Amino acid sequence: MYETNYHRAGTLDEAASLFSKSDDPKFLSGGQTLIATMKQRLAAPSDLIDLGHVPEMHGICEDGDAIAIGATTTHSEVAASELVRSKIPGLAKLANGIGDPAVRHMGTIGGSVANNDPAADYPSALVALGATVSTNKRSLPAEDFFTGMFDTALEEDEIIVSVTFPVVEKSAYAKYPNPASRYAMAGVFVAKHKDGSVKVAVTGAGQDGVFRVAAMESALSSNWSADAVADISVSADDMMADIHGSAAYRANLVTVMAKRALEAAG
Amino acid sequence: MTKVAMTLNGKKVQADVEDRTLLVHYIREAQGLTGTHVGCDTSQCGACVVHVNGKAVKSCSMLAAQAADAEVVTVEGLAKGGDLHPVQAAFREHHGLQCGFCTPGMIMTAVDMINRYGGNLDEKTIRHELEGNICRCTGYQNIVKAIKSAADQMSAMKTAAE
Repeated sequence: MYETNYHRAGTLDEAASLFSKSDDPKFLSGGQTLIATMKQRLAAPSDLIDLGHVPEMHGICEDGDAIAIGATTTHSEVAASELVRSKIPGLAKLANGIGDPAVRHMGTIGGSVANNDPAADYPSALVALGATVSTNKRSLPAEDFFTGMFDTALEEDEIIVSVTFPVVEKSAYAKYPNPASRYAMAGVFVAKHKDGSVKVAVTGAGQDGVFRVAAMESALSSNWSADAVADISVSADDMMADIHGSAAYRANLVTVMAKRALEAAG
Repeated sequence: MTKVAMTLNGKKVQADVEDRTLLVHYIREAQGLTGTHVGCDTSQCGACVVHVNGKAVKSCSMLAAQAADAEVVTVEGLAKGGDLHPVQAAFREHHGLQCGFCTPGMIMTAVDMINRYGGNLDEKTIRHELEGNICRCTGYQNIVKAIKSAADQMSAMKTAAE
């Protein structure tokens, strides 16, 4: 790892001010991607601004008919939350499948979302559930937030404060994890909203990161069942291809994972 | 350089280290506790698992400065006097190690999962919970057996104490 300067912020304002005073800073949340990337010398920020001790960025609370999750809330906290488990079970299940237990104890929802790894799990939940990302500057819908592989609408000095998920009627997530890394090779989040609409979002498979499958959504809005999506496939032209799986393989996985998610959703 | 202070195995410690120092290097080099191992360079193997504020984390994926002021427990902190921790004893009893390199991480992960699940650990859950710990002697069978045995024993002890 190249040399860096560590700063621990106690408030959002302090974090923003530390950031503005540094040469080439990065915000640090759980660090489960950033520290590993720095160890490989693939990132070399001059300064790290640790957000892990900013009280207003942490915790899970009910907010009317929605659940607000602070950006530095860990995957294990989301997975263990009775509130999340009872109101949006698909989200708790997703959080419990990220990485491994040690990673879940450190990794945070804000960090995962800000990084927008095309194989990360959370983006699919944010898009399918129609979540809102709140930063220290503004709020924006998940679909406007994710702008492509490792790319988001965040400005350099913008900090995610929380993510708010509407409570939905049904939700479930199924992924095919890469056997070595546990990252999704295809992960499908299905959500039946209270107004009857359905959203299906896919992570891990698409070349541009998370995407929705309109054909599955319209089939499911009239028939919420695994059978409804069994014959719907996505185009292999838009899928990633690497040593772990071809584009056609990933396209097939999307349908299989959608079916599994619907079976789990009941 | 930054002065990083923490509670390590119940003892207040501190050391001046570079900001980029990983927690595992702080533990091994600044504090001389070499029970915590570095088995890979990619955060995958879990040989470096320690507890920070009661939770199992990979000490290779965290800066020492991030753990400043925290309570950190390493494998050296488990045994009480001459008595092995029940998980350590179970690993010995069930031959849960061959070369032993992954063992400190396996044991810290096992203690963490038993803390969270108590006696409700079944084989499937243990295997899922071990996803972040790699053993290259292919010793998982006996590791799972050891953890199951320790979990049963610890929950029986807890019930007896109540």
